[in-house]
Amino acid sequence: MTIAWYLAVSAIVFTLGAIGVITRRNPLVVLLCLELMLNGGNLALVAFSRMWGDGDGQILAIVVLTVAACEVCIGLGLVVAIYRRRLPIDVDEMRELHG
Amino acid sequence: MSTAAWAWLVLAFPLAGMLIVAFGFRVVWGRGAGWIATGAILLSFGASIGALISLQQHAPAHRQIVSTLYHYASTVGVNADMSILVDPLSVFMILVVSGVSTLIHLYSVSYMESDRGYARYFAYLNFFVFAMLLLVLAGNFLLLTVGWAFVGAASYMLISFWYRRSTATRAGIYAFVINVVGDVGMVLGTYFIFKHTHTLDLLGSFHAASGGAFGHATNNGDLVAGCVMLLVAAFAKSAQLPLHTWLPDAMEGPTPVSSLIHAATMVTAGVYLIARTHTLFELAPSAQDVGAIVGVATLVVAGTIALAQPDIKRVIAYSTMSQIGYMIMGVSVGAYAAGMFHLMTHAFFKALLFMGAGSLIGAMAGEQSLDRMGGLRRALPFTFAAFVIGGLALSGIPPFSGFFSKDEILLVTGERGGWHWALYVLGYIGALLTAIYTFRMIFRAFFGEPVEEARKLEAGVVPHAHPANPATGEPEDTGVGFPGPTHAIAERALPMRVAMWLLALGAIGAGLIQIPKVDFVIDDFLRPSFGNSSLYATHTKNGLLTVGLVLGTVIGLVGIAIAYFAWVVRPGTATVVRERVPALYRLLANKWYFDAALERVVVAPMVALGRLARGDIERVFVDEALVGGTSAIVRAGSAAVRAAQSGFVRYYAALLILGVAGVSFYFLLQT
Repeated sequence: MTIAWYLAVSAIVFTLGAIGVITRRNPLVVLLCLELMLNGGNLALVAFSRMWGDGDGQILAIVVLTVAACEVCIGLGLVVAIYRRRLPIDVDEMRELHG
Repeated sequence: MSTAAWAWLVLAFPLAGMLIVAFGFRVVWGRGAGWIATGAILLSFGASIGALISLQQHAPAHRQIVSTLYHYASTVGVNADMSILVDPLSVFMILVVSGVSTLIHLYSVSYMESDRGYARYFAYLNFFVFAMLLLVLAGNFLLLTVGWAFVGAASYMLISFWYRRSTATRAGIYAFVINVVGDVGMVLGTYFIFKHTHTLDLLGSFHAASGGAFGHATNNGDLVAGCVMLLVAAFAKSAQLPLHTWLPDAMEGPTPVSSLIHAATMVTAGVYLIARTHTLFELAPSAQDVGAIVGVATLVVAGTIALAQPDIKRVIAYSTMSQIGYMIMGVSVGAYAAGMFHLMTHAFFKALLFMGAGSLIGAMAGEQSLDRMGGLRRALPFTFAAFVIGGLALSGIPPFSGFFSKDEILLVTGERGGWHWALYVLGYIGALLTAIYTFRMIFRAFFGEPVEEARKLEAGVVPHAHPANPATGEPEDTGVGFPGPTHAIAERALPMRVAMWLLALGAIGAGLIQIPKVDFVIDDFLRPSFGNSSLYATHTKNGLLTVGLVLGTVIGLVGIAIAYFAWVVRPGTATVVRERVPALYRLLANKWYFDAALERVVVAPMVALGRLARGDIERVFVDEALVGGTSAIVRAGSAAVRAAQSGFVRYYAALLILGVAGVSFYFLLQT
């Protein structure tokens, strides 16, 4: 199989994630979609790593996974905090930083 | 000790006195500040005598000593040194300045006793003396300008000494502004001279000028311009037409200040300046003529104004202007020694008159108008005696000092011949006016029906009116910034009496220093400073000398007789004259409309220009177009940026993705 298939899947996953981030209003789902985007990227990294036959891309993918874990930690923590303060669970409602 | 060391000490004592009084005012109690300040000036006078003695030990050809303390700046062609010039002229000036200042400090110790700003007063006064001594000792134009500006600043601070009196602060600002006009003249004049002589040093530039730096013909254009600019400086400082209007207003200051700064010392700085730069003026006879004509015009105009002023201090102020007119005329026609001689005698008798006026005003509880005074002769015998001595010296009655010095100026003027005869005649007309206005003042204050204050004083009660501004009648209190609660009278204060006695001795006897055809002390003493002058102390024509001496005496006596007739024998005469020729009276009472003319010619256009600048240029162009335009651009730009900050996370994410996609496509299309 040529690398194009892997990249096509990766692009589809990334695009789905991006569409989800833009269209969904529930912060939990936005976080999930972000994970999709990251994993789309990871897929591309691993595919390129296979193509060249060395481990650099895979190491980078593991780094991305670590970062994603941290990010989810904080993101979920924020979501829990929002829920506890009984604020609406809706990203569009949280716009106090507008100019 | 060397001559220069004495001269540096002359400068150091007043400076030290000022610093001690200014910084030690919390520690020094009672009259301490006054005694410290007086002691500092007395030491300075002692050092001046030391300088005199040590200078006389040099051979006459070596009596011009330049001493440099340090080099302040030496850049391309300009050497700004802290250097002084000690020669007979400057020693003469430091003797007069420090001597008269000592007595006036002594007088002030009592006079200002009840004032809340006692220490501040003496700090200012010492600063003034320091600045004045710096001015007369300066060895280069730069230091001369510094001293020139310092005395102006000291004058401002002392005129506005009672700073809660609005008339006093206004008069101080007025005096300062006109003095700054003079400072500008000084700097520009220095520039014209420096341009050709390439040195700021006084002796150096005189040497260059007589060596042909301005060409070998007289009246080089730049030199005349430079000398006229120096004359502007002299006129502003010495209250000559048309820059004289500040001096009568300066009488708002305490009376000893009027005595020291606005009679004896600072206002004579213009005379000193012309005498000091005589080498330049002799190469520019046109500038000399300007000085002589302005001097004679001032002496006549001021003399006539003094006839119609009701305020006693202003009468003496106009008299000062008039006497300085004689000096300016004198040093402008080459009567250098006579001009300096008159400067000295005038310092004595005019300071004495002002001190008498201070005592008189104290006796009247702050009242300064001659209309309210009368019959104070028996109540104030000492003050009366001081006034008579000062008045006789001022009117030029022999053997009082003013007689010799004034007649000598006029004698030298007459001897120049040609159109100088007009100056000679006008000078004697001025002498007649002098005698009339001086004795008008004395007769009105001391003769006639005693006023209420006089009767109270005779009964031993010092009157204390409610404190008020003598010019406007506004009520005042006696706190800091206003005069103190009690008034000093010479009859009751020993330091004032001592100061006045010593000055009276000077006013009586100082003329004997140089009696025509008998001795030539001042001529001989000052000769080394005027060694290169072609006009200095020429031999006098015997005929004219006799005519002058007789004429001077007769004119003085006639003036006193006229005053006696008009204000003692028939007291209504002045009113009759006033009603006969109301136009003349209005002219004199309005001071020849100089204030109105200045207002019309200078102030009004300036105000209009200022209003235009503020209303149209500043408000419309600067505020609205420049400043307003800049802020409008920033505001519009930030409004656009702010609109993008919607706060929607999804919107930011979409923008981000779009941006990344756009950049990616750009690079994809590139390859």
